[in-house]
Amino acid sequence: MFKKKECVAMLLAGGQGSRLYALTQKTAKPAVSFGGKYRIIDFPLSNCVNSGIDTVGVLTQYQPLQLNDYIGNGLPWDLDRNFGGVKILPPYQGHGGADWYKGTANAIWQNMEFINRYDPKYVIILSGDHIYKMDYAKMIAYHKEKGADCTIAVIEVPLEEASRFGIMSAREDGEIFKFSEKPKNPDSTKASMGIYVFSKDVLEKYLREDSEDPSSSNDFGKNVIPKMLADGQKMYAYPFEGYWKDVGTISSLWEANMDLLGEDPKFQLFGDKWRIYSRHEAEPPQYLGKNSKVVNSSLTEGCEIYGAVKNSVLGNDVFVGKGALVEDSVIMNGARVEEGAVVRYSILDAGVVVGKNARVGEDRAKASGIAVLGADYKVADGDIVEAGAMLPKDL
Amino acid sequence: MTAAGLIFSNIHNQSIPELTKQRTMASIPFGCRYRLIDFALSNMVNSDISTVGVITHNNYQSLMDHLGTGKDWDLARRSGGIKLLPPFVSAHENRLAGKLYENRLEATVGAANFIRYCKADYMVLSDCDAILNIDFKEVIADHIRSGAFLTLVGKRVDVKKNPIACPVDLLTVDSTGRLTDFEVAIPKSGKHLINTNIMVVRRTDLLSIIDEAIAKGYKSFHDDVMRHGLRRKLFHVYEFDGWYEQISSLESYFDASMALLTKEAQDSLLSCPDRQIYTKVRNSPPTKYAETAKVTNSLIGDGCIIEGTVDNCILFRGVRVGHGAVLKNCILMQDTYVGDRADLNCVITDKNAVIKDGRRLSGHETMPFFIGKGQMV
Repeated sequence: MFKKKECVAMLLAGGQGSRLYALTQKTAKPAVSFGGKYRIIDFPLSNCVNSGIDTVGVLTQYQPLQLNDYIGNGLPWDLDRNFGGVKILPPYQGHGGADWYKGTANAIWQNMEFINRYDPKYVIILSGDHIYKMDYAKMIAYHKEKGADCTIAVIEVPLEEASRFGIMSAREDGEIFKFSEKPKNPDSTKASMGIYVFSKDVLEKYLREDSEDPSSSNDFGKNVIPKMLADGQKMYAYPFEGYWKDVGTISSLWEANMDLLGEDPKFQLFGDKWRIYSRHEAEPPQYLGKNSKVVNSSLTEGCEIYGAVKNSVLGNDVFVGKGALVEDSVIMNGARVEEGAVVRYSILDAGVVVGKNARVGEDRAKASGIAVLGADYKVADGDIVEAGAMLPKDL
Repeated sequence: MTAAGLIFSNIHNQSIPELTKQRTMASIPFGCRYRLIDFALSNMVNSDISTVGVITHNNYQSLMDHLGTGKDWDLARRSGGIKLLPPFVSAHENRLAGKLYENRLEATVGAANFIRYCKADYMVLSDCDAILNIDFKEVIADHIRSGAFLTLVGKRVDVKKNPIACPVDLLTVDSTGRLTDFEVAIPKSGKHLINTNIMVVRRTDLLSIIDEAIAKGYKSFHDDVMRHGLRRKLFHVYEFDGWYEQISSLESYFDASMALLTKEAQDSLLSCPDRQIYTKVRNSPPTKYAETAKVTNSLIGDGCIIEGTVDNCILFRGVRVGHGAVLKNCILMQDTYVGDRADLNCVITDKNAVIKDGRRLSGHETMPFFIGKGQMV
């Protein structure tokens, strides 16, 4: 027996994140670390729980091992439920054959059966590559109030950046009359956040039609949304105000981490109102040694610091040796910066070791770009890694 | 060979009244993020013990809140797992009606049903005042090897270095580790082998102790079971040689906390490979150090915001340290708020304490200044 749910969330987490390259060699983008103790997927998952949505399907495809492991039974997000909870939905072999998820719309279409088990009125589609706190309940209430078939969350972006996004043009009451995917000459600054609320019956109808159209690339932004708009469905833009960042590139991932720092940070994780949950590892408290110097930084459990850390975000269990310096950098779980080493303007993935007196990256003011070392990459003692280098571990 | 655990959560409450006014010994916060029971529980879990009874007496709401279903220790099990054993007071027996247990033996008798029905060969009994990272599998193996009736875990301590403020068992052993004598005293000087009150006993033997205690009206574990049994049965002592601290007063709590700042303590207690210490997950964000922060030789929990100077301190989760505040040798428990320019030395604050801007407070290492739960200075 399945209890009826008002709304089911479908979280698209199969993306490769190819622009994050060295960080996504062995893991899907939603499982990339963020902010020291989180993974990107913690944000949509925590948003769901905090919004009262307790049924979440996570669609995985690319390198799912770490992601599956991380989500587990959903316990950290309180999503280990008898009815609903979080479910991993990989591509599968069906009666008619086996198919990979061909696009975002196709991924949902292949899991229509999962959605229908809960007989929901609404389906919210989320993606696993954005950092933000959002109350989806308010968006669903807006969807109901407008009597919409589809509601798309939008955020104001600067006009010069608008051509990177899917841009909505909407009337004053919010009804969308035009949608253009990455327009050269944008005529609006309302960018789609990739968050859609659909009335379930409408969604199912359009996904069926989309699946029967051989010319479609089975994508929400490219195919389904334009088609619905052309058919005159009631589509509304839900304006979101607050912090939202697509962390699909190295520089945006770095920036989003830096947005946590400062006395009045752009993105605030503190406060009890909208907590972000994450899978927890049993680590001891962080230890700052006798000559350590840690300023304008964020550190988490298990860190052991004997050197200097400035303007940086450190994950669990990071070691910074005597006389070492970490500046303007993002250091992920278990990385080691040995004695006398210097790491500047870099992202070090989990388990990276920077040997004694080695140098990674350059002063941010002079550097040509962010140096990125993939998981478990080892820099030998005294070696130099140039600014802007992108080094995955040899696979 | 399987084992189950039995933890006494209240036994030493009276030795540290400041911190046990509203909680059990077991739920005293320690080491930035732990409660004392976490050490006993984690040691058991890390020794493949997955059935643990926790005997409570009074004030155990904070303990229940901490333990929850036991999932943070992987003890939320269909079979076994964690079982809270509140006092059993019979409504029909006038002799006991309304009376809670008064000592270790009575507490154990009260847990007889738990012991009777858990399916383990051995029982590991532990109090909550000892802070150590120990492998019980070794203790059980030693117990089996020695053929003892009961094995006590002993620890050699130098009283000069680690003063003891409440009575402990001073153990005398022969060269084979057999307990030959013991006395209950507060040692003032010298080196002693003390009883950590961690014991290993075959489950059926523990049941026979209980049956005998009921039949003969025994009152005291020390006098009736140990003293009495010493002549007839083999009591063996397993000497633990790792890092060990015992909480016997507020001063010893202070010393034990400060001892965590040594590499030895961190490596052998908190970062021991394959023997992690688990605790309740709080989901605090990472700790933030401001541009003005100056933090040295300190252990810091998650969720803190530090803008001032912190040296030789233990800060629990969610502590705020204001601009220009200077903290030395302090232990600040969860969510303590320290205002701007406050100056604190040798201060222990309980949870949610508030120290206003500019306050100057100082205790001494031998007499730390204590601020109670939620108090404002």
